[in-house]
Amino acid sequence: MRAAVVLFPGSNREGDAARALALAGAQVVKVWHEETELPAGTDLVVLPGGFSYGDYLRCGAIAGRAAVMGPVRAHAARGGRVLGICNGFQILCESGLLPGILMRNANLRFICHRQTLRVERADTAFTRRYGKGQVIDVCVAHGEGNYTADAETLNRLEGEGLVAFRYCDERGGITADANRNGSMNSIAGVYSDRLNVLGMMPHPENLIDDLVGGTDGRGLFESLVAT
Amino acid sequence: MKARVTVTLKTGVLDPQGKAIEGALKSLGVDGVASVRQGKVFDIEVDAADRTRAEETLKAACEKLLANTVVENYRVEIAT
Repeated sequence: MRAAVVLFPGSNREGDAARALALAGAQVVKVWHEETELPAGTDLVVLPGGFSYGDYLRCGAIAGRAAVMGPVRAHAARGGRVLGICNGFQILCESGLLPGILMRNANLRFICHRQTLRVERADTAFTRRYGKGQVIDVCVAHGEGNYTADAETLNRLEGEGLVAFRYCDERGGITADANRNGSMNSIAGVYSDRLNVLGMMPHPENLIDDLVGGTDGRGLFESLVAT
Repeated sequence: MKARVTVTLKTGVLDPQGKAIEGALKSLGVDGVASVRQGKVFDIEVDAADRTRAEETLKAACEKLLANTVVENYRVEIAT
């Protein structure tokens, strides 16, 4: 599986994303944001976390309109897989590849902590190594992760099963306490209509090694490589 | 041509920053503040032949980048 990790000015998690992908068995190349095409044979595009363009204007707004997003959009339109993590999720929303927007956290604080997530479905290219309803332990680190969409969009996401992950407590309960950024419906990640684009605020790439606290993030990368 | 673009949150969109500012004003003893909504202002110098062209340029700028119309409205004013 060939993965292209896109690097924008201000991305800072591309190394971790690449490491997680490589560990799962992917061939990884990094792609600069000014590129107007993706490497031949790219199966997966990853937009990593960070602070592209210093979060100027709105998080992900400028990166979402970068040259490389043209071929990324074409890749997604062909059914190619795209994963956006944290700032990558913000970029996907700003580029229109995913609906909604990530607003300032409801408590106005940058949050950085371990977070349990509930896997809402395990039949996608991103989650087949997990079980439906499984609770996984990952990390969050963001100031703008408050998922917001209009009522119609939210209904569609829920009705069509496009919510990928929700913030939950250790037992999988969807509670206000577990939803620390204030996201609508505790949404931590969403899929595109065809389930080939996933954006998520938490960082599965942080939890791929017991040495640093856990391996629950591995399943996502292993799912992608296995598909 | 000088222009000003104002981007504001749509009605009903939660604005935690505005709320925090509102709270701070109250705690500073600034009386009479009922509510605060935070937005953005862009002062733009437009290189256009006439007003209509300038408006088109600014509208394109707003739609393509300056505003996220999922949650924001924009207003364009061109200085006379």
